[in-house]
Amino acid sequence: MSDDLKILDEVTNSEYKWGFVSNIESDNAPKGLSEDIVRFISAKKNEPEWLLAYRLKAYRHWLTLTEPTWPNVTYPSIDFQDIIYYSAPKTKPTLNSLDELDPEIKSTFDKLGISLEEQKRLANVAVDAVIDSVSVKTTFRESLGELGIIFSSFSEAVHEHPDLIKKYLGSVVPYTDNFYAALNAAVFSDGSFCYIPKGVRCPMELSTYFRINSAGTGQFERTLIVAEQGAYVSYLEGCTAPMRDENQLHAAVVEIVSHEEATVKYSTVQNWYPGDKQGKGGIFNFVTKRGICLGNRSKISWTQVETGSAITWKYPSVILKGDNSVGEFYSVAVTNNMQQADTGTKMIHIGKNTSSTIISKGISGGRSQNSYRGLVKIAKGAVKARNFSQCDSLLLGDQCGAHTFPYLEVNNKSSKVEHEATTSKVGEDQIFYCNQRGISTEDAVGLIVNGYCKEVFNKLPMEFAVEAQKLLAISLEGSVG
Amino acid sequence: MSTSILNNSSAECFMQAVDHFRELYGNHLPAQKSLQTNAAAVFTQLGIPTTKHEEWKYTSLAVLAKNNYRTVNPSHNCSLSKSDVASLALTKDTLLYVIENGKFNASASNGHALPTGITIGSLADMAGDPRVQNHLMKHADFSEESLVALNTALSFDGVVIIADAKTECATPIQIAVINNTAGEALNIPVRILVVAEKNAVFNVVETHHSFGVKSPVLVNVVSEVVIAEQARVNYIKLQDEDQNTCHVNYHKVNMARDSYQHISTLTWGGGLVRNNLNIRLDDVNCTSYLNGLTIAKDFQVIDHHTVVDHAMPNCYSNELYKGIIDGHAQGVFNGKIFVRKDAQKTNAFQSNKNVLLSDDASMNTKPQLEIFADDVKCSHGATTGQIDEEALFYLRARGIGEASARALLNHAFAADVIEQIPDENLKAVLLDRLTARLYA
Repeated sequence: MSDDLKILDEVTNSEYKWGFVSNIESDNAPKGLSEDIVRFISAKKNEPEWLLAYRLKAYRHWLTLTEPTWPNVTYPSIDFQDIIYYSAPKTKPTLNSLDELDPEIKSTFDKLGISLEEQKRLANVAVDAVIDSVSVKTTFRESLGELGIIFSSFSEAVHEHPDLIKKYLGSVVPYTDNFYAALNAAVFSDGSFCYIPKGVRCPMELSTYFRINSAGTGQFERTLIVAEQGAYVSYLEGCTAPMRDENQLHAAVVEIVSHEEATVKYSTVQNWYPGDKQGKGGIFNFVTKRGICLGNRSKISWTQVETGSAITWKYPSVILKGDNSVGEFYSVAVTNNMQQADTGTKMIHIGKNTSSTIISKGISGGRSQNSYRGLVKIAKGAVKARNFSQCDSLLLGDQCGAHTFPYLEVNNKSSKVEHEATTSKVGEDQIFYCNQRGISTEDAVGLIVNGYCKEVFNKLPMEFAVEAQKLLAISLEGSVG
Repeated sequence: MSTSILNNSSAECFMQAVDHFRELYGNHLPAQKSLQTNAAAVFTQLGIPTTKHEEWKYTSLAVLAKNNYRTVNPSHNCSLSKSDVASLALTKDTLLYVIENGKFNASASNGHALPTGITIGSLADMAGDPRVQNHLMKHADFSEESLVALNTALSFDGVVIIADAKTECATPIQIAVINNTAGEALNIPVRILVVAEKNAVFNVVETHHSFGVKSPVLVNVVSEVVIAEQARVNYIKLQDEDQNTCHVNYHKVNMARDSYQHISTLTWGGGLVRNNLNIRLDDVNCTSYLNGLTIAKDFQVIDHHTVVDHAMPNCYSNELYKGIIDGHAQGVFNGKIFVRKDAQKTNAFQSNKNVLLSDDASMNTKPQLEIFADDVKCSHGATTGQIDEEALFYLRARGIGEASARALLNHAFAADVIEQIPDENLKAVLLDRLTARLYA
């Protein structure tokens, strides 16, 4: 036990490694939120009238809503008038080569370990890098363009492909969906748009790196992915954020539309600043992510590794509308110190023979609270639907909490729903077994925790799997060798 | 958790009923007067929960607004006699006590050969007894449960069972709770107190029945079970009322160190049934089993809510709930397990399995674990599906007709719950009743 305590102590003492602030001159909107701010953002981005109208509708709807209080998290109430809703690097670079990139921005990426050149040359990953909301650099666009794939920032897409944006914006997550979705629809600053035409298999992993940079700036990203019939795309999202003392709000929306026989795989590694050991600072992450399997035999797969944020409130969901469609959710959520996570998924079965799989692994240490909250709903018409859910929790201390709130709603007689959940600590016998074979307790805990998460890491694309393991190591520093 | 939102028509109607009742009949339990007054105030504040309340998400009490329930008059005369209730006794030697429309019916009760050390009687008569006063209305917390508050405010009678230290009683003690109506919508509060002193061992069976003219009834039962050190209580609830009955049941168990409790809730009657089981393992080394069985058809709504609260180390709890849902019926299961910070070395398990027999049937399950201690083993599993086609084929291949084969498989599925009952006699009787119910 004393070894365990020592390790836990070290875990608790580990500080956020990637906190730093880069000095890029920001072009900020004044603090606060009003119709004028919504108009300001829209004007700043040179948006067409219909989008402004959409934003205003969302804003007016948002005014009628109140903050949700049902998640199993506690935090001081947010003053929505004390947030800057728009900030952009002052000169928007329109670059054709990396040489033109602001060296300051470039070094930010270098510190994060994503060298655009490296990625471009070696990893074959197209990166739509987002610094404080405005897309700075998009690589590989030309080669993707040859295949008809559109991969651009949201604001560019609004100008270049207004018909597509009009058709799909808000079709999966309408602005009326919830408090934060309405807020996002009113003030979203930028994000990514991805369109895979019929029958095209995207040859590379598409990736966006988010980074929250200016103090007191809310980040309101909006991502829209549309896969036409028979298309395939794997999309990566990864985040790190600099150290801040005041809480920063992040309310993103991700929408995925998967048409007949299309497959979309969405992977996230999230490592935003979780606050210090006393729970001061840190990001509030209130995200709405949802995909719809619109066509028959379509598939959407969510994989997430959540290690950061002071508060995570996130339920990537799939609406299985097409017959024989498939939804998947693989998640590792790590909380430490004072972090709180309330995360899970929703699988809404509407089409016939639809199936879904949920694998959720929670690890809590320090004084953190980690909750799984999930819904599996089988509609009456979802004949022969199938679901399997497994959510396991691992406790690494006696001051943390692990909670599960699964909801299973079955409305016909031909569907099968299975759910299982376990909660335990790292077994003393497992550690003893490792010790006997000359593996130190510290290494053993690392080994066991990594093995515990393997099922989920295996679902990540190669590059991300490496990063995910690195993140897990940092999050649980001291226990992982 | 959202606060309860008043459903105006029904809540107001019930609030008026509470005031009216207290004006009309005064207070029947003088020793509990202040608690009852508090409860009335709490109920007025909470009102009747609606489906916006998280704990009532899947079960609507809208039916309460439809009927103008009159709370039963505490001084009504009981009409049932021994011969009317004889068939209700589960076994030949059962000690049978009858509660008719909320009132203890001594003349229909049959407490032959009550072993020494066990006291059973009317709650109204015994409410002044210090042993009753210590516990009555002290365990079932009504501050957040509006229906418990309603019961507490209106309670006028019921039954008390007290087993002295070291008393053992193998003969089952049966409480038959009977709604005997004459066509009027009635609200019937029933209160049960069971106290097991140190080392006492006995079986309690609480059965529910409908007599008389079919009419809408709200039966609101609150039982408090207090189990002292090393005592063992085996408790069975058999709910078999007609489908006009709305039955809400709150069962609170408080366990002292080294104690044991086993509770089986068998629900196959009633129109709307809601069971709240709240087990608190308040000291070390407690063992608790919760089993439940739902057999629903037509438009029945059967809802089991359980809370197993591990407050102290080295306890064990196991929960098995099964449901067979047919017709347009709805099943609900919500099982919460709390493991508090001090409850290290807890083993807590929960399993919920359901079979849907019709496309109009539905099952809503919410197993829930909330764990604050690290050295624990906890798990839950939940499944909803249908009869195994291969098992059905196996039976049919051996010449068993489809209907019989299905009944056989359903019986095997449901019998699993009754098989857990630790008393052999009761187990055998209940298996027979199950067969009768399934082949009906």
